[in-house]
Amino acid sequence: MGSEYDDNASFTDYSLGPEQLEVIEQVLEEDLIESGVHSVMLIDMAGNIIAQHDNGEAQHDLYSLAALASANFAAVDTMAKIVGEEEFSLLFHKGESENIHFSKVNPEYLLITIFGKDVALGLLRLKVAEAIQKINDVW
Amino acid sequence: MAFVNMKTKEVQAKIVFYGPGRGGKTSNLEYIYSKFRERIKSEMVSIKTHGDRTLFFDFLPFDIGKIMGYDVKVQLYTVPGQVKYDATRKLVLKGVDGIVFVADSQVEQRKKNVLSLKNLQENLSTYKKSIFKVPLVLQYNKRDLKDVPLLPIEVMDKDLNSQLKVPSFPASAVTGHNVVPTLKKIISATMASLQNVLK
Ligand SMILES: Nc1nc2c(ncn2[C@@H]2O[C@H](COP(=O)(O)OP(=O)(O)O)[C@@H](O)[C@H]2O)c(=O)[nH]1
Ligand SMILES: [Mg+2]
Repeated sequence: MGSEYDDNASFTDYSLGPEQLEVIEQVLEEDLIESGVHSVMLIDMAGNIIAQHDNGEAQHDLYSLAALASANFAAVDTMAKIVGEEEFSLLFHKGESENIHFSKVNPEYLLITIFGKDVALGLLRLKVAEAIQKINDVW
Repeated sequence: MAFVNMKTKEVQAKIVFYGPGRGGKTSNLEYIYSKFRERIKSEMVSIKTHGDRTLFFDFLPFDIGKIMGYDVKVQLYTVPGQVKYDATRKLVLKGVDGIVFVADSQVEQRKKNVLSLKNLQENLSTYKKSIFKVPLVLQYNKRDLKDVPLLPIEVMDKDLNSQLKVPSFPASAVTGHNVVPTLKKIISATMASLQNVLK
């Protein structure tokens, strides 16, 4: 079976340089934090944090959140496949004061936003879609 | 699939503890957590059933300090060992950078160890990874047990390591014997595999 293996499969695409990360962080800040989002992370499907920004007040355990968010996304995605859906498009958890929204950026990356009552879900989805577009332009 | 952040000079790598159910994977993480409490800023996350069995995974982020000028954070995960949880086990392996296979030294678990190692090989191959190439360390756990027959180390080597030929440690996740050396070994093997990226 040797030839079926990809020797480089253990490595991420390292093509994200400091300048690109800079642009991504700027998008997270300007499009999302400045719209009232408390905290936002770009993570990969393995649970690594690629970029992160918050409003300076949110104090979450980001590494645990990233691990759980990637696993949760993967679990829901697998459930979708089992019931014959390509994917479930809206992934959103609503709380008393904090909400979490998950969005797929591309097959390898997820955008996780944490926001409060003051941001309407409709507006958030719009802002997230714009941010994703800009992030995808970086690649 | 470690992530290397050239801007913040940070590396995040994923290390998964794999092996048969009740072999001692969660106990390894619990020992590491208690031993390095002052260096681990977050709580250990465990997604488990009411019966205290791992349902999805345990997770422990571990900041190991600077290596080659990078701030290295390893994310330790365990998988659920029970056969029926194969789908979630596979998800945890996604993007894995290094694996500790925790085998149970009890004679009556001999077959389960072999099946679990085979299952690891199969699940890795769904991600196009070869068990012969991924950084891997074997741990023969529960060597402290006195009242039940244990497999001789040579037998475990023959069963599990005759082809792989990777580092192995007799250990006890309960007393802590060789838990930290196992961890150090997999971290150094994982970092070595990332070496050409970290220049
Ligand atoms: N005597 C002894 N018991 C152990 C050791 N490691 C784990 N156990 C016990 O084995 C059982 C299963 O351990 P656990 O860590 O939950 O296994 P997991 O299913 O692989 O996560 C628990 O009752 C542990 O206390 C060991 O090294 N020695
Ligand atoms: Mg467990």
